Amino acid sequence: MSKDIIKIQDLKRDFKMGSEVVHALKGVSCTIQEGEFVTIMGSSGSGKSTLLNILGCLDQPTSGIYEIDGVRVKGLSRNELAKIRNEKIGFIFQSYNLLARTTALENVELPLLYNSKISTQERRKRSKEALEKVGLADRLDHTPAQLSGGQQQRVAIARSLVNNPVMILADEATGNLDTKTSYEIMSLFQELNRQGITITFVTHEPDIATFSSRTIILKDGNIIKDDKNKNVQWAAAELSKLPIED
Amino acid sequence: MRILNLLKIAFKAIVLNKMRSLLTMLGIIIGVASVIAMLAIGEGSKESIRDEISSMGSNMITIRPGDDMRGGVRQAGSAMETLTLEDFQAIKEHATFISYVSPVVNGSGQIINGSNNWPSSIYGVNPEYLNIKIVGLQSGSMFTDAEVKTAAKVAVIGQTVVENVFPDIDNPVGQMIRFNNIPFKVIGVLEEKGENTFGQDQDDVVLAPYTTVQKRILAIDHLNQIMASAVSEEDAPKAVTEVSEILRAQHNLLADQQDDFNVRSMEELISTFSSTSEMLTILLVAVAGISLFIGGIGIMNIMYVSVKERTKEIGLRMAVGGKGSDILMQFLIEAILISITGGIIGVALGIGSTIFIEKFLQWPTSIAVYSIIVSFAVCAITGIFFGWYPARKAAALDPITALRYE
Repeated sequence: MSKDIIKIQDLKRDFKMGSEVVHALKGVSCTIQEGEFVTIMGSSGSGKSTLLNILGCLDQPTSGIYEIDGVRVKGLSRNELAKIRNEKIGFIFQSYNLLARTTALENVELPLLYNSKISTQERRKRSKEALEKVGLADRLDHTPAQLSGGQQQRVAIARSLVNNPVMILADEATGNLDTKTSYEIMSLFQELNRQGITITFVTHEPDIATFSSRTIILKDGNIIKDDKNKNVQWAAAELSKLPIED
Repeated sequence: MRILNLLKIAFKAIVLNKMRSLLTMLGIIIGVASVIAMLAIGEGSKESIRDEISSMGSNMITIRPGDDMRGGVRQAGSAMETLTLEDFQAIKEHATFISYVSPVVNGSGQIINGSNNWPSSIYGVNPEYLNIKIVGLQSGSMFTDAEVKTAAKVAVIGQTVVENVFPDIDNPVGQMIRFNNIPFKVIGVLEEKGENTFGQDQDDVVLAPYTTVQKRILAIDHLNQIMASAVSEEDAPKAVTEVSEILRAQHNLLADQQDDFNVRSMEELISTFSSTSEMLTILLVAVAGISLFIGGIGIMNIMYVSVKERTKEIGLRMAVGGKGSDILMQFLIEAILISITGGIIGVALGIGSTIFIEKFLQWPTSIAVYSIIVSFAVCAITGIFFGWYPARKAAALDPITALRYE
C-alpha cells in the first residue's frame, strides 16, 4: 500500500460576496496516493479552481481537514504555507508564468532560490538535471521569448520538478497549446508519472483526462464522480496517430 | 533567501529597465551632486575667509577704549583717553597668555618727499608690532627699543607709500620723508600684504616709534589701542579674559561696573564671518535636500509602477515558496540599490563639478568628507524610506489574486 499524499475530509470553502455567502466547496473528501495521476474536471463554477488553490496551499479551507504528505495545513501561517509550497508542491500554470528576459535555467532555479538550505552549486546542478529531464538540455540559456509555447511549458515543468515535490499541481497546463503540443506535454507528464511522480491535473478537456489514471469530477462544489480510469490512453501513441503536418 | 541572490535579482531588474532606472536616479543624482558642490563652495569660502583673517594675525587681540558717558553725553570709544602706557606696561608684565604686545597711537596726514606727496596713516608702535601683525621687512630694518625710548624720528613704510612717494627710487631706505612737516628717516620697507578682508590696503601705512608719534605728531599721552598676540589661536579666548582682568584692576573698576574698554580677538571676527557663510551653506543645503526628497518621491513612484507591473511575477514567486519577507526585501533592495547607485553617480558628479568650479570659475572650494558620507547615508535612508511602502504593498499581495492578475 503506497502512502497518502493528499488527504481531504469534508472540505468546505465559503466566500463572502457582499451580504451573500457563496459555498464554493460544500464538503469534499478524497485521498490521493503516491504515484497517482489524477485529473480534476468540472465546468467553470464547479469549485475546481478553489480546490486547486487549497491543494496548492495558496488558500485555506473554511472547515474540514487537509493534509499534504502528513502535514495538517489548517491554521498554518503565511510563511509556513510558503515553506510547504516551496518544498512539497510543484506548480504548473496555463500561461506558463515564466519570468520574462530570464534564461530557462534561471527560471528553473527560482523555487530553489527560496530554499536557503540549497547551495548555489547544487541549485545549478539540479536545475540542469530538471531541464534535461524535460528534453531542454540544449536550451539552458534561452529566454522565454526565444522558446515556443511547448518549450516554455517544458521549462515550467522543469521548474515544478526541481524541488523534488511530493506532488505536481497543474492548472490547465495544456490550455494554451495546440493538440499536437499538448499531447507531447501529456506524454511527458505520463513519463514523469511512470517514474513515480504524483500528478494532480486540473482541466476541462475530456481527452486530456483519458491520459490519467483517475478522474474526479466536480459539480457545484461537490464531487459527483471519482473513478479509476481502466482504459488509460498513452499520449505518445495518440501522438503518432495524429495526421503528419508538413 | 540569501542577500546575494536578492542583490542579483534587484540588479537585474534595474539593468533590464536601464533608461527608467536612470531617470529615477536623476533626482537623487542631482540632489547629492548639489549637496556636495554647495557644501564644497560654502566650506571653501569659509576657509578662505579664515585664511585671510589668519594672515592678518589670527592670534591678534585688540584692546580699545570703551564708550562712556561724560556729563550726560555719550562718547565714542575712540574719543576716550582711558588707555594709557601704564595699561600697556601692566599687560606686558602680568599677562601669561600674551606673547607680544604693542601700544598703538595713530593719526593721518600727508607724507611728502620732494614733489611727491600722499595721504596716509601713521601708526606709532613698538618693535613687537611686526610679530603681532605677522609682517616681515622687505628691506632695511625695524626700529629698536632704544629708538622708541629716545623718540627717534625714524619710520618703516609700506609698499603703497613707497610707490607713491618714491616712484623713481628702487630702495627708499635711508631717504627722508616728512609726515605733517615732521621729518622722518626711512629705515625699513614692509613686505607687501595686499588688501585685507574688508578691502583695506594694508600696505598704505607708516610705522614709527609710538613715543615719536605721541609727542611730535599727536601731542597726546594716552593710547588709541593696545595690540597683542596670544601665545596660540586656542589660547586667544583665555588671553582675552586675562587682559580684561588686568585692565579692570588697572582702572580700579568695581565688580558692578562695566568695562571701560573692549578686548577683541580675531577669533570672534572669524566666527562672525563664518556664521554668515554658515547661514548661506544651510540655505544651499536645504535647497539640495529638497531635491533629494523629490528624488525619493521619484523612487517611490517608480517602485509602485514596478510592483504593479510585476504583480504576476510576485504571485509566481509566492507560489513557488517566496515568503512575504522575501518579496519585501526584493523590492526594498531594488529601491536602495537605485538610490545608492544614484548616490555614487551623484558623488562623482558633485566632485567633478566642484573641481570644475574651482578650475574655471576660480571660486575657493573645499570638499568636505562628511558631506560625502552624509549624502550617502541620506541616499540609503531615502531608498529604505521611499521603497518601504511599495515593497510592503508587494509583500502583502494575495498569491491567488497576484497569479491571476493580467
